[in-house]
Amino acid sequence: MSILVFVEQREGRVRSVSREALGEATRLAATLGGPVIGVCPAVADPGLAALGEAGAEKVLLAVHPAFDRYDAAGYAQAAVAAVAAVRPALVLFGASAMGRDLAPRVAARLGVGLATDCTSLAVQDGRLVAARPVYAGKAIQKVAFPRSPALASLRPKVFAPVSVPGRSAAVEALAVEHDAAAARARVVRVAAAGAGKVDVTEAEIVVSGGRGLKGPEHFKLIEDLAEALGASVGASRAVVDAGWRPHAEQVGQTGKTVSPKLYVAVGISGAIQHLAGMSSSRCIVAINKDPEAPIFKVADYGIVGDLFEVVPALTEAVRKLDAHA
Amino acid sequence: MIQVVCVKQVPDTETRVKPAADGRSLDPAGVTWVLNPYDEYAVEQALRVREQQGGGEVVALSVGGAGAQTMLRNVLALGADRAILLRTDLPGPDGLAVARALAAEIRALAPGLVWLGRQAVDDDQAQVGPILAELLGLPCATVAAAFALAGETATVERDIEGGREIVELTLPAVITADKGLNEPRYASLKGIMAAKKKTIAEKPAELGEPNLEVVALELPPARAAGRVVGQGAAAVPELVRVLRESAKVI
Repeated sequence: MSILVFVEQREGRVRSVSREALGEATRLAATLGGPVIGVCPAVADPGLAALGEAGAEKVLLAVHPAFDRYDAAGYAQAAVAAVAAVRPALVLFGASAMGRDLAPRVAARLGVGLATDCTSLAVQDGRLVAARPVYAGKAIQKVAFPRSPALASLRPKVFAPVSVPGRSAAVEALAVEHDAAAARARVVRVAAAGAGKVDVTEAEIVVSGGRGLKGPEHFKLIEDLAEALGASVGASRAVVDAGWRPHAEQVGQTGKTVSPKLYVAVGISGAIQHLAGMSSSRCIVAINKDPEAPIFKVADYGIVGDLFEVVPALTEAVRKLDAHA
Repeated sequence: MIQVVCVKQVPDTETRVKPAADGRSLDPAGVTWVLNPYDEYAVEQALRVREQQGGGEVVALSVGGAGAQTMLRNVLALGADRAILLRTDLPGPDGLAVARALAAEIRALAPGLVWLGRQAVDDDQAQVGPILAELLGLPCATVAAAFALAGETATVERDIEGGREIVELTLPAVITADKGLNEPRYASLKGIMAAKKKTIAEKPAELGEPNLEVVALELPPARAAGRVVGQGAAAVPELVRVLRESAKVI
């Protein structure tokens, strides 16, 4: 039995969600058995041999001229071809924008169940059980897989990568028959949101602002603190609905679920929909003038006070740390 | 053109989730049921396309229990022409099973566009749309944040990490809607009155065998109570210290 990992690359760079999936595959291989094999659709080898150090024994490389961008039909075909070639017991995807789009298509083609956005995988009584947050994190659903292979996508930033120093993965070509010209859906363009901008779902640190900021112009305070911390900016539903911030930044139910190592909630009272989306963060800091705000019930550390005084002071203190580092 | 909008009835986002006695499903006591929030954007976009084209039919389609009738009546009040409820009393069928039931019904309708929300906010599977597209052999764009239609070509913009993908699709196609795709309308009094006369057809959902087995529904581990490190800007040095020395996150 083997474990197949979909290796996601954009612009020739393997994305960190795939290293996380390879890490979890390596841990599971100890009980499920290995080897851990990757499959990567691309226009050219993005340096897949290096994934040996991330846990892959072998990576199947599916080269096609159309694979410079995400090609849903072609990528699904590559994944299905890899399943046919290696007959895995389990196929893992990162629950990234690409993985969330691709994994269901592969599940449909294989006619098997898919557990999306999982936060843990475990072997219980000899069978694989996936845990996945539902109701945006208000509950955890555990599912087993009556069909084979089991398919699961893994929430970004939850699973740790592994390091196997000095190991190199074998890279083998995987033939994929794909007529891109006949495709009835294609990515015609990719627009960048801005250089170096990390999505809230993939950020190590997230600084989110809410209605306590009183107006969109005051989000500068959030952006400055985020910049000092090397963080991404998030927002509550209230401020997104008010049009202060784009929906891509919304954290919570009807927005994104995040699990950064540090989540700083500024001027956010902590409505249940918001708490659902961020309470799996490792460390939560709340800054709010209302000591009774529900956000303090989930925060590890809180400051009760006027955010217009606290946030600039915090930004300044973090900048000083960096200057001394 | 016929458009199908797949909708789901879900607990309101204010719901405090409690597992039922079976330990696998939601305790429905005290739950307020609503149209899945992402489906509102799907319904709205289908109505806009119908208005833009000066005609056509919007069919609302749902897999659910008897209670889903109320939600479908609301979708009819928003402006859908008719509705079909594929009945099941299973608490949480998997994505492939639901997509199979939907596909069986949609094939007969031969729609130009099939709309869904990007995910239902109850089980958060986010997979029925693309699975349905595969079963129907149709192109699909998920998590649409913008949509335009010119002749037989649809253009969809979708957020990806650090950017946006612009996807072109040839109709017929399946599209899943993200929040922000449009500004959904409210039902008018006229719409609510008209909905009373519209039909909701009911038939059993052909889900087939389950493809996932739900073993448990549990509450997440409660977070240990934290502490307020202080008041106002004077507390900042202490906050920075604990973040560095205790939590080791900066």
